[in-house]
Amino acid sequence: MFTSIFFYFLASIAIASAIFVVLNRNAVYSAIALVLCFFSLAVIYLLLEAYVIAVLEVFIYAGAIMVLFLFVIMLLNLGLEDAFPYFRHLQRALSLFMVGLFFVGIFLIMFNEQGILHQPGEKFSAGDIYALGEALFSKYLLPFEVASLLLLVALIGTVYLAKRKI
Amino acid sequence: MDLLGFIIILVKVLVVFAATMITVMGMIYAERRVSAFMQGRLGPNRVGPKGLLQPIADGIKFFMKEDLIPSGADKPIFILAPAILLIPALMTFAVIPFGSSITIFGREIALQVADVNVGILYILALTSIGVYGIVLAGWSSNSKYSLLGGLRSSAQLISYELAMGLAVVSIILLAGSLRLNDIIADQQGYFLSWNVFKQPLAFIIFLVAVYAETNRLPFDLTEAEQELVGGYHTEYSSLKFAMFFLAEYANMITAAALTVTLFFGGWDVPLLDESSLGLLGAILSVLSFILKMAFFLFLFIWVRWTFPRFRYDQLMRLGWKVLLPLALVNIFLTGGYLTLTAMK
Amino acid sequence: MDISQFFTSADLFGIAPEIILTVTALSVLTLEMLHVSRPGIILMVAALGLFLAGALAINTSGDEQILFGGMLVLNRFSVFFDFLYITIGLLTLIFSQGYLEKRGSASRGEYPALILFAIIGMMLMTRANDLVIVFLGLELLSLSLYILVGFLRHDQLSNESGLKYLLLGAFATGFFLFGAALTYGAAGTTNYNGIVTAITNNTILSDTYLFLGIGLLLIGFAFKVALVPFHMWSPDVYQGAPTTVTGFLCTAPKAAGFGALIILFNRAFVDIHYQWQDIFWILSAMTMTIGNISALIQHNVKRMLAFSSVSHAGFLIMGILVLNETSISAVLFYLVVYSVVNLGAFAIVSAAEQEERGLNLKDYRGLAAQHPWLSAAMTIFMLSLAGFPPTAGFVAKFGLFSAAVSQGYIGLVIIAVLNTLISIYYYLRLVVNMYMQKEESTLILSYKMLAIVFVGLIAIMMIILGITPGYLLEIVTEAASTVA
Repeated sequence: MFTSIFFYFLASIAIASAIFVVLNRNAVYSAIALVLCFFSLAVIYLLLEAYVIAVLEVFIYAGAIMVLFLFVIMLLNLGLEDAFPYFRHLQRALSLFMVGLFFVGIFLIMFNEQGILHQPGEKFSAGDIYALGEALFSKYLLPFEVASLLLLVALIGTVYLAKRKI
Repeated sequence: MDLLGFIIILVKVLVVFAATMITVMGMIYAERRVSAFMQGRLGPNRVGPKGLLQPIADGIKFFMKEDLIPSGADKPIFILAPAILLIPALMTFAVIPFGSSITIFGREIALQVADVNVGILYILALTSIGVYGIVLAGWSSNSKYSLLGGLRSSAQLISYELAMGLAVVSIILLAGSLRLNDIIADQQGYFLSWNVFKQPLAFIIFLVAVYAETNRLPFDLTEAEQELVGGYHTEYSSLKFAMFFLAEYANMITAAALTVTLFFGGWDVPLLDESSLGLLGAILSVLSFILKMAFFLFLFIWVRWTFPRFRYDQLMRLGWKVLLPLALVNIFLTGGYLTLTAMK
Repeated sequence: MDISQFFTSADLFGIAPEIILTVTALSVLTLEMLHVSRPGIILMVAALGLFLAGALAINTSGDEQILFGGMLVLNRFSVFFDFLYITIGLLTLIFSQGYLEKRGSASRGEYPALILFAIIGMMLMTRANDLVIVFLGLELLSLSLYILVGFLRHDQLSNESGLKYLLLGAFATGFFLFGAALTYGAAGTTNYNGIVTAITNNTILSDTYLFLGIGLLLIGFAFKVALVPFHMWSPDVYQGAPTTVTGFLCTAPKAAGFGALIILFNRAFVDIHYQWQDIFWILSAMTMTIGNISALIQHNVKRMLAFSSVSHAGFLIMGILVLNETSISAVLFYLVVYSVVNLGAFAIVSAAEQEERGLNLKDYRGLAAQHPWLSAAMTIFMLSLAGFPPTAGFVAKFGLFSAAVSQGYIGLVIIAVLNTLISIYYYLRLVVNMYMQKEESTLILSYKMLAIVFVGLIAIMMIILGITPGYLLEIVTEAASTVA
C-alpha cells in the first residue's frame, strides 16, 4: 500500500520532469529537470530493492553524464529555444499529429491489455553486487567484453573528430 | 520497523548532524587560529575566551547581512544552488560508521546512521551530485568570475572523481565488499593491517584526489581569489554564502572521515578488541575515530600553508596523466595479487 | 560457481576471427601512433588481419556450434556472412587507397581500424543468438560508421552527414532497445531459443507487449537498412560521406541487417512470422517504389545510387516476407551480387570524384572515349543493378521473384517487375551519358592499379555469374539450408 503510493508519487515526478525537459525553453532548466527525473528513477529502483542499480543511476547518469551536459550547455551559452516550432508549418504539424496518433495507439493497446510484464522467476537480487558481478562475468561475459570494444570505438571517434590537431 | 527503532535512527541522525555542525564551527575556528599560528599571528582572540565564540559571532553576522541577488541572475537556480551543494555534503556522513556498537537495554545499536550495503558507492554518488551546486551557482550568478569558477570546478571535480573512485576500487577488492563496516572489519587487528600499509599507493592517490574534490589548496582553483575574486560564490551574500561555507567544511569533514574509514581502520583502536570491552570499547572506538579525523582535518590546514597553488593545466595533467594511470596500475597489481593468493 | 557452462576454450576458438580483427585494429592504431609514415603498410596489416580472420572463420565452420552458453551460434549461414563482410572490407580497403589524400585529409590509421571494428560488429550480428548481442553488434557497427561518415574533418558536407547519421541513428537505436526490452518483458528472456520456447509453450506473459516489441525491433532494423519510411537519412548521408565509405555503408551494414533480420524472424519469431506478412508486404512495396521513383529525379550519382540501394532493400524484404529455404538462399545470392556491384560502382565514382566535380551525371558525358574499359565496367555494374539478363543481377532478381511467385505473392512480384522496369531508366541514363554524348570528357580519373584490377575482376565475375551461377548458388543453398 505505502509502497504503491510512493511508487505513483515518484513515477509522476519522473514523468512530470521528463515532460518539463522537453517543453522548457531554457536548456539549463531542462538539464536540471532531467537530473530530477534520474533521481526519481533511482528511488524507484530502491523500492525494487535494486540498490546497486539505484546508486549507479545517480552516480553515472546524474553525477557524471548530466554534469558534462550542463558543462556543454553553459559553454555554448544557449539562448531560449522555442519549444513549439512544430506548429509553424503544415508538414511539421502533420508529423506531430502522426506521433500523437502513434502514442495514443500504444496507450490504447496497453490499457486494453491486462497482461503484466514478466516477473523474474528466480530471485535475482540486483541489489547484490556479487550477483551482478557473477552475472557479468559468466552469463554475460561476451556482451560485457563487446561493450568494452564499443566504448573503445566511441573513444577513438571522439578523439579523432574533436581533437584540434591530430 | 518498530517505533523504537525509528526513534533510535532519528536520534542518530540528530546526533550526527549536530556533531557535524559543531565540527564545522570548530574547524572554522581552528582554520583561522592554526593559520595564524603558522604565520606568526594571533588570529581571532576577542570574542569569548581565546576567541572560541568567533564562529558563532560570524554565524550571527551572516544572518544579519542583506541578502543580495544580482539583477541579471537566474533567480530560481541562484537560490537553489547552495542547497544543492549543502544537502549532499550533509547526507554523505550518514553511512560512515563512527564507532563500534553499543548495547542499551539489550538492544544493539550500531554507531552509524545507515548501514547501506553499497555504502562506498553511495558516498561517491553523492559527492558527484555536489558538483551541480557549484556549476549552477557559477552559471546563475551572471558574472564572469562565478562562471569561470564554476566551470573550472566542474572539470576539476569530474577529473579527480575518477582517480578517487579507482583508488577506492583497490580497497574494495581487498575487503570484498562495498559496505563500509566490512571494509573496517577487514582492517581490524594490529595496525599494520590498516589499508594505508596494505595500499600505500591508493592512499596517496586518494588523499591528493580528496584535496581536489574539496577544492582545498593546492587545488583551490575554483576560488583562486587572486584571479577569480571568489570563484563560484562571488555574487552570494548572507545566508546563501553561509551555506556554501558550511558545505565546504562539511565536505572536508566527510573527506577526513572517509580517509580514516578507508585507510586507517575507521574506529579501530590498534591492538584492542573493542567488542569485548562493552561500553568502554565503544567509547574508545569513537574517541579513536575522532582523533584520527582531527588529524586529517589538521592536515588540511597544514597543507594549505605548505604547498603553493597548482596551475590549471598542471592540475589536469596530474589528474589524468599521473593519478589515473597510477590508480589503474594499482588495481591491476591488487587484482593480480588476489588472484595469485586465491590460486594457492 | 562453475564458469565452464558459459566459457570454455571452444568458445575462445569460436570467436577467434573477432579476436584477430580486434588485435589487428589495435595494432593498426598503434602503428598510426608510432608514426608509420607509409599508408601502404597500415593497409597491408589490416588486409592481413582480414585474411587471417577469414581463414579462422572457415576453420570454425562445419557443424553448428553454440558458444558462450547460447549467446552465439556458428553455422554455415553465419560463416557465409563472415566471408561476405571480410570480402567487402578487403575491397573497401583496396578501393580506398589514395582516396582520403585526394580529398585533402591525411591517410589515417583510424580509417582501416574503424572498418575492422565495423566488421566485428556485423559478424556478431549474424552470429548472435541473443538480442543483447545483436544490439551490441549493431551499436559497434553504427558507432564505427558514424565516425567513418564524418571522417573528412575539414569537409562540411561530411561533417553534416556524420552528425545527421548520428542523431537519427541514435534515435533508431532507442527504438531497437525499447523493442528488445518489451520482448524481454513479455518472453522473460532475450535468448532466441528461450523466446521460441516461450512462444511454443505459450508462456508469453503478454502478447501485446511481444507484438509491440517485435514492431519496435523491426523499426530499428528498418532504419539501419533504410526501408521506407525510415530511409530519409540515407541520401544525405550517402552523399556527404567519403565515397569509399558510402560504398561500404550501402553494402555491408545492409547485408548484416538482413542477415540478423532473417535469423530473428527465422529463429526467435518463427511461429509468429506469418502474422507479420502484411507488414512486410507493405514495407517491400513501399520501399521499392518510393526508392525507385526518387532515384529517377536525381542528378548526383551518389544520391542516385543511394535511392537505388533503398529500392534494392525493398526487393530484399520480399525474401523475408516469404522466408523459406529458396527465398533465403535467393536473398543471400542477391546480397552478394548487390554488394560487390555497388562496391565496384562506388570505386569508379570515387576515382572520378574531384573538387566540386565528378559527382553529377553530366560530368560523365563522353567518358567512354577516354576510359573505355572503366566505362565498360561501369556499364556492366549498372546493367547488373538493373537486372539485365547476361549479368548476375538478373539471376539474383529472378531467384527472388520466383521464390515469391511460388508462395503466391503475384501482386507483389508484379510491382517488383514494374519497379525493375522503372529502374532501368536511371541506371541507363548514366550509361547513355558515358557513351552517347559527343562532348569531350574533362574528368581526370585518379586510381591505383590494384583497384582497377579488382574493378575489372568484379565486372568479369558478374558476367560469369550471370551465365553460370551454379557455383555460388550451391554455396548459398547450403548456407540457407542450415537456418531454414
